[in-house]
Amino acid sequence: MKRPSLGAILLGLIPFTASCFSVALWDRVYPMVLGLPFNLFWLILWLLLTPLCLWGAYRLEEPADRDPRSQQGGAR
Amino acid sequence: MNSAGAALTIISLTVAIGSLVGFLARYHHKMDLEQWTVGGRGFGLVLVWLLMAGEIYTTYTFLGASGWAYSRGGPVLYILGYGPLMYVVSFFILPPVWELGRRHKLQTQADFFQVRYDSTVLAAFVALVGVVCLIPYLEIQLTGLGLIAEVASFGAIQRTPAMIIAFALVAAFVFVSGVRGVAWVSVIKDLLLVFAAIFVGFAIPHIYFGGIGPMFAALVRAKPNHLTMPGPTQDLGHTWYLTTVLLAGLGFYMWPHFFAASYTAQSGKVLRRNAVIMPLYGLTVPLMLFVGFSAVLVLPGLSNGDLSLLAMVRKTFPAWFLGIIGGAGALTAMVTAAIQLLTGATLYAKNLFRPLLAPGMSDEEVARVARIMVLVLSSGAVLLAIYSSLSLVSLWLLGSAGVAQFFPGVVLGLFSRRVTTSGVFAGMAVGISVALFLMLTHRDPYHGLNAGIIALCFNFFTAGVVTVLTPRPVVRFHDTIPAFAASQPEDQASPEAL
Repeated sequence: MKRPSLGAILLGLIPFTASCFSVALWDRVYPMVLGLPFNLFWLILWLLLTPLCLWGAYRLEEPADRDPRSQQGGAR
Repeated sequence: MNSAGAALTIISLTVAIGSLVGFLARYHHKMDLEQWTVGGRGFGLVLVWLLMAGEIYTTYTFLGASGWAYSRGGPVLYILGYGPLMYVVSFFILPPVWELGRRHKLQTQADFFQVRYDSTVLAAFVALVGVVCLIPYLEIQLTGLGLIAEVASFGAIQRTPAMIIAFALVAAFVFVSGVRGVAWVSVIKDLLLVFAAIFVGFAIPHIYFGGIGPMFAALVRAKPNHLTMPGPTQDLGHTWYLTTVLLAGLGFYMWPHFFAASYTAQSGKVLRRNAVIMPLYGLTVPLMLFVGFSAVLVLPGLSNGDLSLLAMVRKTFPAWFLGIIGGAGALTAMVTAAIQLLTGATLYAKNLFRPLLAPGMSDEEVARVARIMVLVLSSGAVLLAIYSSLSLVSLWLLGSAGVAQFFPGVVLGLFSRRVTTSGVFAGMAVGISVALFLMLTHRDPYHGLNAGIIALCFNFFTAGVVTVLTPRPVVRFHDTIPAFAASQPEDQASPEAL
């Protein structure tokens, strides 16, 4: 098991910045989006975008099944 | 049949089917300690997902999210905020935790500390703190079960007998089929919960307001401050949100049962892929919030916010439907309670009882002690839930601030060669003391900061200082732990080169 790459860590920091550290910027009702208050809309958006960031990190961390041990548990 | 009868029949049926699945799950599997605690380490993506979702989306999410939306407004968003972040953390820490677990056949969280820090005393301390922190969590599930039985029976059933019956069932299927039973009961419970959340979350705002948008518009008109922080509360503002989300995100996988669930995976990759998709399961949480927010205008003045979801369903839909929602809620509480019992019992038997009282015990005897502990812990939790009433939430907060203090030990253990056993031990002891002090003296939040995060800072600081003051540890690990991986030639090749 190797250390995570810098790229993967940076991708992991994006959701932390977006849905935690920046709270003062997005915690408001207006503009309402799709009928939702802006803060609720923003957090729901990050429920959808976090998997994208982690998928990117996954591609960086598990490039091409080069570790034979991890294949037995198997993607395909 | 009257409506209470209809609702209760359906709840009982759901619970009965769920329990039957739990009992049947042991088929074709010999129940030794390895199979009972970690399912033989053979769970693929789907079972790990179901087990983790089953453990994570608890009564607290189901009843508590709508309850907080109702009573506290904007601050409830913290539940949505930390959800995805804990999976980000799990993406990085669970695969190496799994790897170490596979190499050394680890079954509990305390085993990790035992192997990484080579200290039985530290492991026993982690086990003790873990079991103590699990008890209030267990009580919450029980109280949830009691609330459901009370509302669904229109007050005909008392909380206490309902809790005792449900808990006897939980203890029985944990006793018989271990973690595999829990994973399969999760299948039923998740199907019901997702169905219930989607239907209720869209239907209730539609019935009373003509849609989700109009519902929020009406709420903003009636209570302009309800939807932002601090909402109707005074001390749950942005600093509180930031520190609480951070603590919950970092600390969530430090709960002994979530930590140990990673050992059930068949590979570290399963855990990574699970972390990628799990945040999507959180999409059911906003639906629970819609119900709580609707209830602010439709059912003002409820004595207990946690009742808002059940009360809205009871007011809006026929009794059989209340039965389905109640059944989903009851199974949710039972699945969570089951895994907590399993974890607590194994921790006690393996990391406290054996090393301190009976060093010569075989694994079979440990399994026997663990099963007896399932019965002891479940009776204990029932008694506590019956006799202690008011401070459940504060106990839970104490529990999560407590388990978060394992975080430095786990992260430094995985990513630092230099960290010493004394450093981690001292940091943990200081962190737990600070958390206890702040919470017991009612200083949470302290100047707007979550008390657990303050304790965590003390913890990291102490661990760092004591580590620097103690001699460099003798290196014993090779490629299982990331901190030691750089010495392996194969890992020095960059991924791009391949």
